[in-house]
Amino acid sequence: MKFSDFVAVDSLHSNVEADTKEGVIREMAQSLVDAGKIAASELESIVKAIMKREDLGSTGIGRGVAVPHTKHPSVHRLVGTVAVSHGGVNFESLDGEPVQLFFLLVSPPDRPGDHLRALENISRQLRDESFCKLLKAAKSPADIQHLLEEADGHGVVS
Amino acid sequence: MELYRKPAMIQETISCEVVVGMQQGLHARPADLLAREARKWRSRIELVAKSQRVDGKSILEVLTLAAEAGTRLVVEATGPDAREAVEAIGGLFERNFNEQTSDG
Repeated sequence: MKFSDFVAVDSLHSNVEADTKEGVIREMAQSLVDAGKIAASELESIVKAIMKREDLGSTGIGRGVAVPHTKHPSVHRLVGTVAVSHGGVNFESLDGEPVQLFFLLVSPPDRPGDHLRALENISRQLRDESFCKLLKAAKSPADIQHLLEEADGHGVVS
Repeated sequence: MELYRKPAMIQETISCEVVVGMQQGLHARPADLLAREARKWRSRIELVAKSQRVDGKSILEVLTLAAEAGTRLVVEATGPDAREAVEAIGGLFERNFNEQTSDG
């Protein structure tokens, strides 16, 4: 799976203002509403579900990256967005480091395979340190988009 | 003067086959639990899938397996505590990482 298969390009965010876990999640979910990928009426329910998942264990997987996510019946296909916080946010990460790079995923409850393949793509690309570093330094949504496209181009299609 | 003999380091390799029993597959939470457990042991721990071999101590590596429900994997440990490590990790799979097996 490629980034372009699930990342909504109109929702990319290169300068997250929130400095709390819930704030970042809310900001990202709102940008998916603004991009028309999730319904405004479902925003609260989705934010709550993502926070509930975080309570089970942080999705801050290390290297300054977090993958907040949830299943939600209001979406019919996997949708995702990417955001960068230049200041970094305390996400109770596994390695204790603040998080600057966020991949938020909302998937239909009956498609666990798509969710796994999105996680696989994200984690595989993040093994490339320069990709990680460049994304964290993105100054505009277009910067993020170019980096994701580049990663898609070089990655193995699966 | 007291002399000590350094015990020889046993570099045993132990492996076992496991099956991903969770409905949601080996997603972020179980991958995190697995990597945490693996890091408790001194042995090198790898997960072997059909087409790749990854470091069990890295959540990023474990997630690249994208192992769905029903996937067979081999847990392989090499080092002084290989047996205990494989038993501990095999146990996580046996208990389905304390997740329910049917979707709820």
